[in-house]
Amino acid sequence: MGSVMSIATKRFRANHRPVQRDAHALSTSDLRRHRLSEIGAAWLLAGPTLFFLIVLFFLPVLGVFVIALTDWQFGASTLSFVGLANFEEVFSDEGFRISLVNTVLYVAIVVPGTILLGLGIALLIESGKSFRAFYRAIHFLPYMATLTAMAIAWEALLHPTIGLVNQTLAAIGLPTANWLRDESRVLPVLGVIGIWQNLGFAMVLFLAGLKSIPQDLYDAADIDGADLWVDRLWTVTLPMLGPVFMFVFIVVALKAFETFDTVQVLTQGGPGHASEMLLFTLYRESFQYLRTGYGAAVAVVFLFILVTLTLVQARVMDRKVHYQ
Amino acid sequence: MSTHRFAQPCTILRHAALLFTGALILIPFAWMLSLSINPPGEIFRASFSFWPQHFYGIENYTQAIAKAPLLRFMLNGVIVCTAILALQIAVCAPAAYALAKLHFPARDLLFALVLIALLLPHEVLSLPLFILGYKLGILNTYAALIFPYVVSPFGIFLIRQFFKTIPDDVVHAARLDGLSELAIVWKIMVPMALPAIIAFGIFSVVGHWNSLFWPLIAVRDQSLMPPPLGIMAFRNEEAGNDYGPLMAAATIVVLPLIIAFLAAQRWFVEGTTGGAIK
Repeated sequence: MGSVMSIATKRFRANHRPVQRDAHALSTSDLRRHRLSEIGAAWLLAGPTLFFLIVLFFLPVLGVFVIALTDWQFGASTLSFVGLANFEEVFSDEGFRISLVNTVLYVAIVVPGTILLGLGIALLIESGKSFRAFYRAIHFLPYMATLTAMAIAWEALLHPTIGLVNQTLAAIGLPTANWLRDESRVLPVLGVIGIWQNLGFAMVLFLAGLKSIPQDLYDAADIDGADLWVDRLWTVTLPMLGPVFMFVFIVVALKAFETFDTVQVLTQGGPGHASEMLLFTLYRESFQYLRTGYGAAVAVVFLFILVTLTLVQARVMDRKVHYQ
Repeated sequence: MSTHRFAQPCTILRHAALLFTGALILIPFAWMLSLSINPPGEIFRASFSFWPQHFYGIENYTQAIAKAPLLRFMLNGVIVCTAILALQIAVCAPAAYALAKLHFPARDLLFALVLIALLLPHEVLSLPLFILGYKLGILNTYAALIFPYVVSPFGIFLIRQFFKTIPDDVVHAARLDGLSELAIVWKIMVPMALPAIIAFGIFSVVGHWNSLFWPLIAVRDQSLMPPPLGIMAFRNEEAGNDYGPLMAAATIVVLPLIIAFLAAQRWFVEGTTGGAIK
């Protein structure tokens, strides 16, 4: 592609030099006309985007805030502002508190698990040359697979009697459980599924990070007597992965906060509220219970958490990306 | 380069460890496949084996296709994903060009709007978008599944970054050859930015093929359901404990993306993790 560009450029330089010189002789009114036509073209090209950004992003965000401040219900023709009443209701609601705590616990399981396994597998893959693509493909597979369908496969795997998990545990004499119907186990089990799905994603980001570590650093560490791979890991690899580490942390946290499919398919938030998480609460309150104002208030809280995380990520990226 | 980084005796350990984790990762897939070829009698027997004594795959798969309109779900997925991607490129590429190559007042403001939109998680917008769909009278149609995604802030961002690496001289040369700005976008810029367009295409198709949240809100008719919603409805209504056909249906839903991924691994890894910028 580089060659295509340079051919086009050369041809341009060869053919159009006289024209370009003429351009200096253009009158100011011609220049102004040219500027105006460029502005017109720009708005024609960017107009649809501006329109759709406003209609599909900015007005809806505004709408969520407005709905959260009113008592409006689906289908109602009137509404009145109720101030922060919806938020007071949300924060005094035991169900929402459980949902928030569950989500945070779930994130606290998924993020470290995903990062440690993703990093470990990336290091193992990079430590040799054979079968790299093969191993990468296997570990990345769950990230590509339709989670709704795979959740149904997990359900069969965790089935109390015919599931492979309980069959295996029983065969080696360990206690079995009804994994998805047990209040103390359901959240960690969903966490395992979350790790299973995301670790390939973390692995790929770590692999990219590992590739960008200059060989010189390893040579220098060699000279300094870092003979064991553990030494090289601690003195070169992990410190150099610092920014990637932070980045993966936040991206995986964002994904974990947005977990919905496994809750919807496997548990519906149950048993009790044991596996209820924010996005499921948002969906159920807004679209099943039709508690519109309450749902909008949950959406605002959710937005606040995610935007905070994303802004932290943007700062990290800024520090990492120093070109441009 | 890396053989130097780690000692040789580790090679066997490396393979052992990676085969072990790889096998663990594959268990849900293997279990799904295994149940999908087992007869009901063997699934509920105490001594279960991955490969059935009586191969029951044909019965399970034909039952799955007969009981649930699986092919319809897949067709819906193809229609919705294609329409979304086509609209996204049609809307985003010209805007990306304007942001990368043209000078106009409020350009920075427009780009700031794109970046802010990039921040917003789509689920938060679902309530107002549902109301908008209702007012437009398009709920429970293909249009309902498509309209929230007509513009992709990530697509604009990605394509703009790529357009910026194309020299201005190319644009000037095209103008002097008499091409209109729109023709420059489609005949010069987009073909040159094909790698970015393909990466974005994979990101978009994978995301929308797998998505459950918005389809769950936007459509009710089974004939409109994309694959994830379709298989969930099939599980809830028909299959119950009939694991053979249910796993056959799950396999059919998962298969297209897996095959595409295995065929074009590098593109898929790049496309779906490039989205991490979001």
